[in-house]
Amino acid sequence: MPILGDREPPPARPRAAPTRCTAAVPRGYPVTGVPAAGAGRADAIEVVELRRRYGSVLAVDGLSFSVPRGSTTVLIGPNGAGKTSTIECCEGFAPADGGSVRVLGMDPWREAGRLRPRIGVMLQAGGAQPAARTGEMLRLLARCSARPHDPEWLLDVLGLREVERTPIRRLSGGQAQRLSLATALVGRPELLFLDEPTAGMDPQARGIVRELLSAARTDGVAVLLTTHLLDEAETADQVVIVDEGRVVAQGSPAELTAGASGQLRFRAPAGLDLHPLLSALPLGFRATEPAPGRYLVEGPVDPATAATVASFCARAGVMPSGLDAGGRSLEEVYLDLTGRQLR
Amino acid sequence: MTDRPAHRAPAFPAGTFRPDPAPAGRGRMLAAAAGLELRITSRNGEQLLLAVVIPVAALLLLSLTRIVSLPDPRVSAVVPGVLTLAVLSAGFTSQAITTGFDRRYGVLKRLSAAGMGRGLLLSGKVAATSAVVVGQVVVLVAVASALGWRPHGDLLWAVLLLALGVAAFVGLALLLGGVLRAEAVLALANLVWLLLVAVGGVVQPLTAAPAWLRTVGELTPAGALSQGLRAVLQDGHAPGALPVVVLLSWTVLGWAGVVRWFRWQ
Repeated sequence: MPILGDREPPPARPRAAPTRCTAAVPRGYPVTGVPAAGAGRADAIEVVELRRRYGSVLAVDGLSFSVPRGSTTVLIGPNGAGKTSTIECCEGFAPADGGSVRVLGMDPWREAGRLRPRIGVMLQAGGAQPAARTGEMLRLLARCSARPHDPEWLLDVLGLREVERTPIRRLSGGQAQRLSLATALVGRPELLFLDEPTAGMDPQARGIVRELLSAARTDGVAVLLTTHLLDEAETADQVVIVDEGRVVAQGSPAELTAGASGQLRFRAPAGLDLHPLLSALPLGFRATEPAPGRYLVEGPVDPATAATVASFCARAGVMPSGLDAGGRSLEEVYLDLTGRQLR
Repeated sequence: MTDRPAHRAPAFPAGTFRPDPAPAGRGRMLAAAAGLELRITSRNGEQLLLAVVIPVAALLLLSLTRIVSLPDPRVSAVVPGVLTLAVLSAGFTSQAITTGFDRRYGVLKRLSAAGMGRGLLLSGKVAATSAVVVGQVVVLVAVASALGWRPHGDLLWAVLLLALGVAAFVGLALLLGGVLRAEAVLALANLVWLLLVAVGGVVQPLTAAPAWLRTVGELTPAGALSQGLRAVLQDGHAPGALPVVVLLSWTVLGWAGVVRWFRWQ
């Protein structure tokens, strides 16, 4: 039996290996430029220099990234950054105004009819008929597929059995989201688009969804999702941080949060004289106090650097705390890149 | 109810989500979409009122009372009008409002994301409306028969006219519902319903109207349908060219507009 109809089966799950170039981006965050040539067949999604305009507003402005088959990529960014516009171009609901989008090797706008049966889509707005009942809506969408998952099983797994006969307009926000996820999954897609899948879900539901998406990824389903929850992004293969329609950073969570630029932070009483520290460190290091009591050492940080800092503090008679050579959390990286003001 | 609590973390054996996408057959998708629309319509009180209760009430009222002057047997003069009213209500007003709100809620986008193409979605709506009209005709004919109605003429003509009426009204409904905002559709679909009931020969034959009103009325889809049905069911002869040409023209106009302007969201 052919696994994917007219396509070859997905390869064993490749880990995201984003092509990177060192463009002029604040503080040396990894950024992907144009995906590697010839990556087309291997990638589930390939977006190159995408532009999308709404009237006079350029919602997406030269955005590029790719999603390898069987891997999970998270788009994060402030409201209005262009995430949903990008996803809509990938789903074939909106044409690209510039650049190119290939999804499973197809042009999603022109070949929507061939593409749609192979993808699973969770719309931000749900898209369910409010007068329809939960079970009814899921069974309808199951009937659009030749070999769907059992909708009854999905109702059980996603905790929707009790509201099976409830009209969708009376579902809670989290229940509606779970139904929407079920409708995206029911056709056994090879690529899932999830626009803020866990918005409005309680922690239990979020846990189930995380487990479910992890199982789907293990089984070779590629996932492109948007979220505002940065802890969800931390489990992805690849994180793409988007702001004002552009990619501002891209890489695995480890790459994004690593002290890639060589930083060591520590806390100590404010106003220490840093000259003895600098003279104890090899050439090429900088030591600063960006905020009172918070110190930053920049350079080729290694274990010896930490030892030097510790002995400097000992000589100064102070106890360092929060000595941290690791990077910041993804949240800190995100806020550094996209700014802290509300949009 | 299930014995599995909602919060129990499920285990997913390897291979549970192994991709295996394949679209269902077109017939199955069409039946599923039309079936859901029918079920939702049948649960919607306002739609039932519009589709069944009002036409049946009009049939009873006009046949059993003398508030409008009609030739005897009164029921024979009433049936063509209430059949027109039924098709106008279900085919045009109900379908326009349904489509407007389907777009508002993203239902059409959801279905097309599941692989249902535009042709299939629109066919589903035509199929659902046709099924409603069949139901309406069955109910109205049953009530009319109980009131002593006996049809004249070639019933094939009546079926053809009703089918043309559905085609014209659904095309216009999808055009209205597929272009404007849901609230605007709601207002306009009801206004047009009122206007067409007034000038479409629904209550009284257009032959009873002043010449200018008769001309205007006969050029509306409701007027063409009611005049055509009167010719067949009341007078027992073929409908003549005008009603058929008028209905065909509205069908072409409406569907051309749908092809050109229909928007999914």
